[in-house]
Amino acid sequence: MAIVERPLAIGAGDDAIETNDRPLGSVTRPKETGSWKDWLTTVDHKKIGIMYGVAAMFFFVIGGAEALLIRIQLATPNGTLLSPDVYNQVFTMHGVTMIFLVAMPMGAAFTNYLLPLQLGARDVAFPRLNALSFWVFLFGGLFLNSAWLFGGGADGGWFNYAPNSSVTFSPSHGIDFYALGLQITGVASLVGAINLITTALNMRPKGMTLMRMPIFTWMNLVVQFLLLFAVPVISIALFQLTFDRLFDANFFNTEAGADPLLWQHLFWIFGHPEVYILILPSFGIVSEVIPVFSRKPIFGYSFMVASGVAIGFMGWGVWAHHMFVSGIGPISVAAFSLSTMFIAVPTGVKILNWLATIWGGKLRFNTAMLFAVGVVSMFTIGGLSGVTHSVAPADTQQTDTYYIVAHFHYVIFGGTLLGFFSGFYFWWPKMFGYKLNEKLGKTNFWLQIVGFNVTFGPMHILGLQGMSRRIDTYDAGFGFERWNFVATVGAFIIALGIAFFFVNVAVSRNQWIKAGRPNPGPDPWDARSLEWMTASPTPVHNFDEEIVVESQDEFWHRKYGYDENHNVVRIATAAEVAQDGSNTNVHLPSPSYFPILLALSMPIISYGLIYSLWLCIPGGMLMVYSMVGWIFEHPDDPNAAHDHHDDGHDGDDHGALPDSGTELEAGDGDEELVAVGAGAVGETVASDVVETEATDG
Amino acid sequence: MASTTVPEAAATVTHDDHGHEEHATSYGMSNNKMAMWLFLSSDCLLFGALISTFLLYRTNISDGTPFAEPADVFDIPFTSLSSFVLLMSSLTMVLALSAVKRDDARNGRIWLLTTAFLGMIFIGGQVYEFTIFSAEGLQYSTNTWTSAFFTLTGFHGVHVSVGILMLLGTVAGTRESGLGKEKSETVELVGLYWHFVDIVWVIIFTVIYLIPIG
Repeated sequence: MAIVERPLAIGAGDDAIETNDRPLGSVTRPKETGSWKDWLTTVDHKKIGIMYGVAAMFFFVIGGAEALLIRIQLATPNGTLLSPDVYNQVFTMHGVTMIFLVAMPMGAAFTNYLLPLQLGARDVAFPRLNALSFWVFLFGGLFLNSAWLFGGGADGGWFNYAPNSSVTFSPSHGIDFYALGLQITGVASLVGAINLITTALNMRPKGMTLMRMPIFTWMNLVVQFLLLFAVPVISIALFQLTFDRLFDANFFNTEAGADPLLWQHLFWIFGHPEVYILILPSFGIVSEVIPVFSRKPIFGYSFMVASGVAIGFMGWGVWAHHMFVSGIGPISVAAFSLSTMFIAVPTGVKILNWLATIWGGKLRFNTAMLFAVGVVSMFTIGGLSGVTHSVAPADTQQTDTYYIVAHFHYVIFGGTLLGFFSGFYFWWPKMFGYKLNEKLGKTNFWLQIVGFNVTFGPMHILGLQGMSRRIDTYDAGFGFERWNFVATVGAFIIALGIAFFFVNVAVSRNQWIKAGRPNPGPDPWDARSLEWMTASPTPVHNFDEEIVVESQDEFWHRKYGYDENHNVVRIATAAEVAQDGSNTNVHLPSPSYFPILLALSMPIISYGLIYSLWLCIPGGMLMVYSMVGWIFEHPDDPNAAHDHHDDGHDGDDHGALPDSGTELEAGDGDEELVAVGAGAVGETVASDVVETEATDG
Repeated sequence: MASTTVPEAAATVTHDDHGHEEHATSYGMSNNKMAMWLFLSSDCLLFGALISTFLLYRTNISDGTPFAEPADVFDIPFTSLSSFVLLMSSLTMVLALSAVKRDDARNGRIWLLTTAFLGMIFIGGQVYEFTIFSAEGLQYSTNTWTSAFFTLTGFHGVHVSVGILMLLGTVAGTRESGLGKEKSETVELVGLYWHFVDIVWVIIFTVIYLIPIG
């Protein structure tokens, strides 16, 4: 499995290999390691995962600041902090940032880092496309937020209903930034989906059947399929919006007879699967954390998988429950009511299985487990209020009130975000080589969960009392004052809790450095899946040798067996079973400048579309340049050194193709020959996929 | 690296020894082919959204125009001819793949170039049709029908153009290394994309040109 991206299509002769370092005579393939430039050119799924996480945290701080502005504005009646116009921009950008630039990329961070590791793979199927996904997402997110510097952010709500999003009603460029920025991040999601599905389906080592894959990997496979099919729909909706606003098309122009429901349907056909795109990674994390800290296998593994897949299918049949008051007619309302009630069933199966996993377990309530239990309880509340929306008459009353706001924060904050924090505490030692402080972690947890309930719990009441969402202020005397003030206090408690997380990272790291950087060992939690079977932090090449999988929870079964009375007994320590990461002879995919350059062209073109089409020319040239360079660059540099651990190795003959298994494992050697010699296809197609997308985008 | 070893390695290991392929990927299908199928499945939804939009606005051609129905502006024989040309390009694509699989590089190139040429004829026809429509007063922003029509057919035209670039790129990029049968998967993947774009046109042609609005 060493070579995961089949190199080279075009010019597979001697010349191609010699020009390989400078495909277009200008950008030299990065060679040195250890500098900051590594991060710009890396194709390592672990580094890319970490960058996704850092970028998502950056946007999280921005989105959080916007949330605090909203809560300050609403703390008392007739708030004057924000003007109505600025308030519109702030709540819109809060929603867009939190959904598209925090929750989705944070899921991508965990998926990128863990999915190949949990499979036992060397990397993803297309490492350079993986780098492209990240950079496209980052530049798309920065582009979207740069609207603040160019006359204000989008102001139409995160779902941006037409015709309110037209130039007539929103003359600033905020919605252009929204449409083009989300278009760009959509390209990132689509490329990532193709890459990760191929990885999960096609790069499993021997014995890793689909029904032995860890639940986290399964849930994210479902997520990637949802992205694969949902993103093109929102892409078209965003194209139509862009064409309407910039080129006077009439898709949403009601004066020309357009149907405003078109946007709603297209948006929610994407938007409801999007809800599951947000929650399933967190479900996956919880399904890994709870068994480990209950010291029991997950209850009903196959039901967990099947319910995740069922959610993936049924998620396509419920979108119009967002549109019960839009006049879609009684038959549609009845049908979507029923399907919405049904989709609660597989979700309920998951809740039940987590509880059954905890039941009778030997529980360890450390921070990761606390957050996981937090997800189960808070998501249940959010799920139940969601079921109340499926009752169309009740929903008619609740639509556009704070009851809805309460509901989706209980599922997205209480479900998704708490799950990510559980994942931070759980996988931190695997990613960075030190554990986070438990005491600070528990403070972080309790502040966050208390603040969360104090903020969003009262919104149920406010909503049922009739307080509308997206209104910049309210008069005294409607009975809204007390709970709004409570919610604002809660928001600051959340902020304090999040601050404790950042403090925790800094403090834990300092303590670890002071203690002489002790290694937490490969398996600090006595865990079950393959990512714990290699050293911490994960070595660049992931695994020293390919793992042959014989059961679900393979790592656990290598550590534990049964005695003659069928009692579980330990048969090996983690250190004995785990690989120590000492193999220096693994040939890794080589870094490349082209992903970041190609990604950079997209915001340039987008600025050009908004401000001056002339700017599209340099942007387009950069795009063509990086695509052509991409095609002619070998994804895998035959001259590159192998692993950066490779200090004492002479390295002279590494470039020569091994004709025996001396350098790589036998399988890898053959792969390599296939790869370098013939694999005419890989890059062309990979590039073509990008090219098509890029042309569309 | 000793670059001279590369062609030999290719010759000896890759395609004479299929035993390694199943080791390489879990399903035996190459990662690239799987990625292409996934991309095409995603593209179905892209065109699905565009076609849905057109269906919503297909009766609106008379808004602000002198035309009562699309049949008044369409030149069905002309578009049928260019559709026929595009469909025939699927045949030449198959012939190209067949030639490359037989290690017949010369015919492989000829058929690839023929396919690209037929694609260009189709695109030329589309440009001609757009010009005529434009001259008759059907601009992009005239009404909802024109916006939907130009966007749907335009997206398809961009897809065909990308396909032409892929075909020409395959021919140009294999000039030195040869278009032997070890390249058949490259050709096959380009072909997958090309056939997909053709099939989409069959649907678009039916929806836009053939179904009367009455």
